[in-house]
Amino acid sequence: MSSLTDLTLSQAVRALRQGQVSSRELTLAYVERIDRLEPALHAFLTLTPERALAQAEQADRRLIGWRNDPALPLPALLGVPIAVKDVLCVAGLPCTCGSRILENFVPPYNATVVERLLAAGVVILGKTNMDEFAMGSSTENSAFGPTHNPWDPERVPGGSSGGSAAAVAARLISAALGTDTGGSVRQPAAFCGVTGLKPTYGRVSRYGLVAYGSSLDVVGVLSRDAEDAAAIFSVMAGHDPLDATSRDIQRPEIYLEDQFDFSGLRVGIPQEYFISGIQAEVETAVRDAIHTLETLGAQVKPVSLPHTEYALPVYYLIAPAEASANLARYDGIRYGPRISAKALLDVFRHTRGEKFGAEVKRRIMLGTYALSAGYYEAYYGQAQKVRTLINQDFELAFESVDVIAAPVAPSTAFRMGEHTDDPLAMYLEDVFTLPANLAGVPGLAFPVGFDRQGLPIGMQLMGPHFREELLLQVCHAYQKVTDWHERQPGI
Amino acid sequence: MSLTLEEVEYIANLARLQLSEAEKSSFREQLSAILEYAARLQNLDTTGIPPTSSVLQSLSVLRRDEPRPGLTTEEVLRNAPEAENGQFRVPLVLE
Repeated sequence: MSSLTDLTLSQAVRALRQGQVSSRELTLAYVERIDRLEPALHAFLTLTPERALAQAEQADRRLIGWRNDPALPLPALLGVPIAVKDVLCVAGLPCTCGSRILENFVPPYNATVVERLLAAGVVILGKTNMDEFAMGSSTENSAFGPTHNPWDPERVPGGSSGGSAAAVAARLISAALGTDTGGSVRQPAAFCGVTGLKPTYGRVSRYGLVAYGSSLDVVGVLSRDAEDAAAIFSVMAGHDPLDATSRDIQRPEIYLEDQFDFSGLRVGIPQEYFISGIQAEVETAVRDAIHTLETLGAQVKPVSLPHTEYALPVYYLIAPAEASANLARYDGIRYGPRISAKALLDVFRHTRGEKFGAEVKRRIMLGTYALSAGYYEAYYGQAQKVRTLINQDFELAFESVDVIAAPVAPSTAFRMGEHTDDPLAMYLEDVFTLPANLAGVPGLAFPVGFDRQGLPIGMQLMGPHFREELLLQVCHAYQKVTDWHERQPGI
Repeated sequence: MSLTLEEVEYIANLARLQLSEAEKSSFREQLSAILEYAARLQNLDTTGIPPTSSVLQSLSVLRRDEPRPGLTTEEVLRNAPEAENGQFRVPLVLE
């Protein structure tokens, strides 16, 4: 008999409805596993077992009521435990963003995605660890200590949604919310061997998501497979009047076919993503996965995204510029701790100087510089123009292909401490994930193999705006004929 | 592209960040390296290319200007390090 924590989210939904398991039993199984494995992983910043069990018992009463009277409404995800990245507001729970400057902040309201998931009946078991303010690619920038990769605790889980990815990979939770500004869902998904969806910019409300780069930030999902990602995505997507950039298009109702018809599906392979310097095993695994799509009937053809090499410098001007404005609000006045001083200006300087971590300060400095008088046009202005060229690359490519397949990251999970002294080397980790954020297109990362050291390898599919369903469908069909996504770390 | 210490101090002041001498020196080095890397953007001819302000079209979103319930004063002040009489308390701004 396999453990309850082996059930995927979608399997758990079915088992709960059929009464094979109760939400309380399922939640307790995760609580027990977290008790055992969390000390070695540090995937969570806040755990809420009591609150979760109360939610679970409420869900169980509703499930019993529904089984007695199937005419009663039944929320889509009733009774399933999930976790939330600590950058999304859950009313009454701390929301630290992995930062000392918000260590005592308790939001009085829910993010829209949290509100929608709670309305769909989920049980929230905790808030997950992350790089401070989502700035990082390893979760080593958390002010509360790093998360460890379940496949090798001496390696990073990726970032910034590293806690969510590690928790899903170690089966401490069935699925978790993440956010992706430059790859922060997809890269940790690849490093931890899980499925990670970054939706189209504007498809999911950002209300209640603590802002980093507002023209890039998207709420996403880390899950065990495409079916689970689809289940959560279809609940949380959709227009929200509280976010002026959320698109007023219909909420997706996703039905994934096991026997998807690949004939006519054109998969583009961008030569710019298969460059020298990429780990050979990553390239081999991704090419093998593309071949699998081909044997399923897809038509594979080369495409070019010629401005790919500029995505990194564009991103590392635009995102810090937006961050420098967004993080101006942390000044020791309205929330967070305050370093007292006689003059107000010194309160600002000392509170921010002492409570922000090194990477956050670095990006605020970089962004302030890029926006400052005399440098604005040369840096920020030029970056915004090159961003247009990157967007045009995608528009042109999607005239000839339906999806683009590429590696998620140049290598598998690196060792802790490997890049901490060299910010530029850390930024290069995001080289394949940044373009999708700059263009606002959806991306989906999923496991396609392992390297010789037993570390997971991820591939990503990118698609035109609002075509998440197609990405999920292609991934689902791939996962029906492969079992990489079912492998578990031996912890 | 190499930043001077004075430039680092100037930016830190704009950003309202109190930095230690060690931070100033490491940021000077690291930001110089990052800006040097970013300088490759200057090589691209972007004449006539409009900047991307948003990846989405038509961002003018309007709604009726009607009052709605918001957070209570108590909720708003609950996270403040110092509050008094329903307001955020701050040190003296002007002598």
